[in-house]
Amino acid sequence: MAKAEQKNNTRRLLPFEKPLEELYEKLDKLKTIGSAGKMDMSEEIRLLEKRIEATRQQIFAKLNPIQVVQVARFIQRPTTLEYVSMIFDDFLELHGDRNFSDDPAMIAGVAKLEGRSVVVLGHQKGHSTKEYLARNLGMANPEGYRKALRIMRLAERYNKPIISFIDTPGAYPGLGAEERGQAEAIAKNLREMAELTVPFISIITGEGGSGGALGIAMGNRVLMMEFSIYSVISPEGCASILFRDATRASDAAVAMKITSKDLLELNVIDEIIKEPVGGAHNDPDLAAKNMKAAILRNLEPLLPLSHHELIADRYNKYRKMGIYNEG
Amino acid sequence: MSIHDWFKRKKLQKETEYTRERLDIPGNLWVKCYKCGQAIFARDLAENLKVCPKCGYHFKLTAAERFAQLFPKNSFKEINESLTSTNFLNFKDTKDYGQRIEESIMKSNYKDAIVTVLGKLDGLEVAVGVMNFAFMGGSMGSVVGEKFARLVEAAVEKKLPVIVFSTSGGARMQESIMSLMQMAKTSAALGRLRENRLPYISILTDPTTGGVSASFAMLGDVNLAEPGALIGFAGPRVIEQTIRQKLPPGFQRSEFLLAHGMIDMVCERKDLRDTLVKLLKFFRD
Ligand SMILES: [Zn+2]
Repeated sequence: MAKAEQKNNTRRLLPFEKPLEELYEKLDKLKTIGSAGKMDMSEEIRLLEKRIEATRQQIFAKLNPIQVVQVARFIQRPTTLEYVSMIFDDFLELHGDRNFSDDPAMIAGVAKLEGRSVVVLGHQKGHSTKEYLARNLGMANPEGYRKALRIMRLAERYNKPIISFIDTPGAYPGLGAEERGQAEAIAKNLREMAELTVPFISIITGEGGSGGALGIAMGNRVLMMEFSIYSVISPEGCASILFRDATRASDAAVAMKITSKDLLELNVIDEIIKEPVGGAHNDPDLAAKNMKAAILRNLEPLLPLSHHELIADRYNKYRKMGIYNEG
Repeated sequence: MSIHDWFKRKKLQKETEYTRERLDIPGNLWVKCYKCGQAIFARDLAENLKVCPKCGYHFKLTAAERFAQLFPKNSFKEINESLTSTNFLNFKDTKDYGQRIEESIMKSNYKDAIVTVLGKLDGLEVAVGVMNFAFMGGSMGSVVGEKFARLVEAAVEKKLPVIVFSTSGGARMQESIMSLMQMAKTSAALGRLRENRLPYISILTDPTTGGVSASFAMLGDVNLAEPGALIGFAGPRVIEQTIRQKLPPGFQRSEFLLAHGMIDMVCERKDLRDTLVKLLKFFRD
């Protein structure tokens, strides 16, 4: 029992949470003694748990960008399907692109948000190697993007808001993906998303990896979980291509400005959704609660807008993006 | 440098063919074809629209060369020519991005990776964009995105068809997220063009990959490609690393895209202008 717990605790820790390891070991010992019934350890356990939380708070108060990357990619980070089940009611998953196949890396469906019919879609990762394999780590193929577009058009036809969840290292760079037009699938989504006549909210929940992320992320509002990332290339990719040194991912992560705080400053996103201490995986219910509040808050002002206003709102948002000199 | 040395250098460069191909240096009388190795008299090559007379290899064109082929009577006017890139993130990899921009301007003689013009093609008014691979690999940053969007908006205002020649390694990573956002901006602009029922012809030239292929290059009402051009979402090396096997010959080349239904036709350079005029007339009449 104690062993299983300890193993569980170790698994919960991120690489930079090392200082917590010792504390958790102590906690396990106290619990073992306590459960043996010889002494009442509850007060000691309570104090130690408090200390663990305080230490965690300290660590998370000053994460550097590459540590944020580790949180964003953490195997225990809540997935799209988990957020969907925590935030919405009556979710029904819909499958397939009606053309080639059903892409398990992209999920889509219909649901209720506080009684309102909405369409949800997003990348799906997982919590184990097995799930990663089954879901291709959330790296969608063209059929995934085409499924997403099919569902977005369904939303449009019946005038339902769209909520998209973004968590992918990128669109899948495979042989079949190229044969079936990965570039065309993403490009078309971008153009079509710009023209959607319904309110559209996108949330970066974990990894916002380049075109694969953007391919479902052109909301009227783009929100980011506090410890998620959004970037044109992975820090590792940037390090090896631009820095010519694959070991400099940490420097690349700093230089690229990929954290929620950076992107809010650049006006690329509209809001940061606060995460529980220790990251969303440390308290998924609280993370989902915060996310739900943010969705409702951002959806509210979009609901009364006309089709024309919604398109104009989105066009102006993306039209403004870019920094350059003139003259 | 002797011609012999120069040929040797070209041979070395061929090994990194995906990414770089030096443009003609004026004064070099002979050019060696990258594909078949044929030595071609530079003037013959120019007269043949920079297509190898022996094997048909299409050499890369600068924007100026492309405009000269397209508008032999010089009937075009550049717009938004004063836009330049800026290092707004203070990005520095092996070199400061600001310095990289300056050097690229010096070396390529262009201010950024796209030139946009309004012109007349056989009397037909058009809005045309031509990308420049010589400027930082044709990468798309804020300037490329902005000039593209302005070109499309000008076309909407004047009710003109849009023609864009793409060549790009992808997003300009030195502008990080802002380069990604240009994909959204350019595609949204094309949505507006479409709403206005104005035609957009995209010509994909060697190479067109990454963020440019996954946005405006693939969105033509008609997509044309020059023969043998590398066109794809991911670069061949990334795919090889992912699937851990060698790619089949011809993979991601124009002819492959035609076979897989991604482009309407492979068009040789000598036929390009006539094809464009025919298409424009189809849309107009
Ligand atoms: Zn040749």
